[in-house]
Amino acid sequence: MKTDTVLLQIKNLKAYFSSTLVLKDISLDVSTNKVVALIGPSGCGKSTFIRCLNRMHEETPEAHVQGEVILNKQNIYAPSADPVLIRRKVGMVFQKPNPFPGMSIFDNVALGLRLLGIRKRSVLEEKVHSSLVQAALWNEVKNILKRPGTSLSGGQQQRLCIARTLATTPSVILMDEPTSALDPVSTMRIEELIRHLVQTVTVVIVTHNMQQASRISDNTAFLLNGELVEYEKTSRLFTNPSDPRTEQYITGRFG
Amino acid sequence: MPLPKLFNSYPKIKEIHISDRLFFHILQILALLVLAAFAALVLLIFLESIPALKKFGVSFFFNPEWDSWKEDFGALAMVWGTFISSILALLIAVPISIGVALFLNELAPVWLAKPLNFCLEMLAAIPSIVYGLWGLFVLAPIIRSPIQEFLGKYFSFLPFFKGPQYGIGMMSAAVVLAIMIIPTISSICKEVFRSIPSSHKEAVLGIGATKWEMLKTAVLTGGRAGIIGACIMGLGRALGETMAVTMVIGNKPSLSLSLFEPAQTMASILANQYAEADSALHLSSLTAVALALFIISLIVNSSSFILVWNTQKKFSRG
Repeated sequence: MKTDTVLLQIKNLKAYFSSTLVLKDISLDVSTNKVVALIGPSGCGKSTFIRCLNRMHEETPEAHVQGEVILNKQNIYAPSADPVLIRRKVGMVFQKPNPFPGMSIFDNVALGLRLLGIRKRSVLEEKVHSSLVQAALWNEVKNILKRPGTSLSGGQQQRLCIARTLATTPSVILMDEPTSALDPVSTMRIEELIRHLVQTVTVVIVTHNMQQASRISDNTAFLLNGELVEYEKTSRLFTNPSDPRTEQYITGRFG
Repeated sequence: MPLPKLFNSYPKIKEIHISDRLFFHILQILALLVLAAFAALVLLIFLESIPALKKFGVSFFFNPEWDSWKEDFGALAMVWGTFISSILALLIAVPISIGVALFLNELAPVWLAKPLNFCLEMLAAIPSIVYGLWGLFVLAPIIRSPIQEFLGKYFSFLPFFKGPQYGIGMMSAAVVLAIMIIPTISSICKEVFRSIPSSHKEAVLGIGATKWEMLKTAVLTGGRAGIIGACIMGLGRALGETMAVTMVIGNKPSLSLSLFEPAQTMASILANQYAEADSALHLSSLTAVALALFIISLIVNSSSFILVWNTQKKFSRG
């Protein structure tokens, strides 16, 4: 592997639901401007893992986290760290497209900026425009910005959610199976978009689709029962895995 | 092994059918009884109120007089008293109820939420006469002094705070009503908030919203129609509440603006006068008041049902 700048360093991460340990001591590094895919069978802790990276895990009642996640040399689990500020730097896209109900396309993208205290119309318009362009949605919605976000198609809604995340210029975007509710064409567009986005941000994506992981990611992590089995360059993990469990999984023997 | 006999006992199968059909019809009759009771009630109230409506016409509802000696009856003071006391109760109860529901659903740790939920439900189970007694013996003296004493001293230039210090009156009724409808409003609000998918909340949190911003955007805005429905449901309960109000409102039909004057509601006049009404016109006028109360409650309650249902349907579709 050539030397990359490490953006996100996960050290001995353990996540719990009440007293059940669901992530068992995971450590891995994510380099800047890369796509990291997390694969593994259902219930292996993939989603929990990325939900730990923007401190969303702790929003579930009785859930808590141990360990360190270091973003730009700062531990996001330090006692003084503010989850609200962290979530502005680490965006999240969910499994099911979830535009804010009752909000227009424009307002969906602008909400994050408004929460930052930006009120000036021209600044909002400029930022909404650039985010929608970046999310490859501008041309489809430029004339219908006042329509509700929920009136778009599923794929468009998901790109709207990506634009909404991009508006606050995060350095990392977490995606939790962002295409699992979409049709193949919409899926392809999102995948192209991810490859494009990675020029400016870093993407950590959970997917249950191994082809997708091999198509879009630079590095892949294989999780099994809350353990990190293997973390490798994607090309290597899918062709020459070092752990027999990885090989069994990617050749479809379980999961 | 012989096959289980399914077809050689035809009469028996027919018997099962008959018992099934019988069962169906019995239940059907029982269900229709509800409808029949409802229809009988409406019909009775309507028929009984015809003499009063014939005598006074539509002006019955705009006449502030209620004089059983002169046999001059009008419902305006009661309609006024009912609405003012209920709306005051809503003004007190709604912010508290929404706060309680938000806290119990979104913020409270489990160990605290459980006993609080239990207490809230117990509050709804207390018979209204107990509220009335509490209002009479505990609340009314507090309202008389220091509250009315203070307001009367410094704000008596406002029409709302004028009048003698009885303690019982509009304000006491409103506070008792508020306490009685808090469980109703907050438990429906809780249902509404629970029906908002966590993905909506996480979407707002995910772009860097604080907890309060999340509650405001995802929960309060998303559940707005349901919250309004809950409030109207509370209003419906307040409009019809009888016993507790009768005990603390003072039972004097009046159109006063003062919050401390005795007043009368549609329900309380029925409780007060029905047993003692001797003339046919007096009885019929009381029934006409009941008719008005019934129609108002029907409208209020059905609109709140529609609002709450729509909210829950909206989110269950996802």
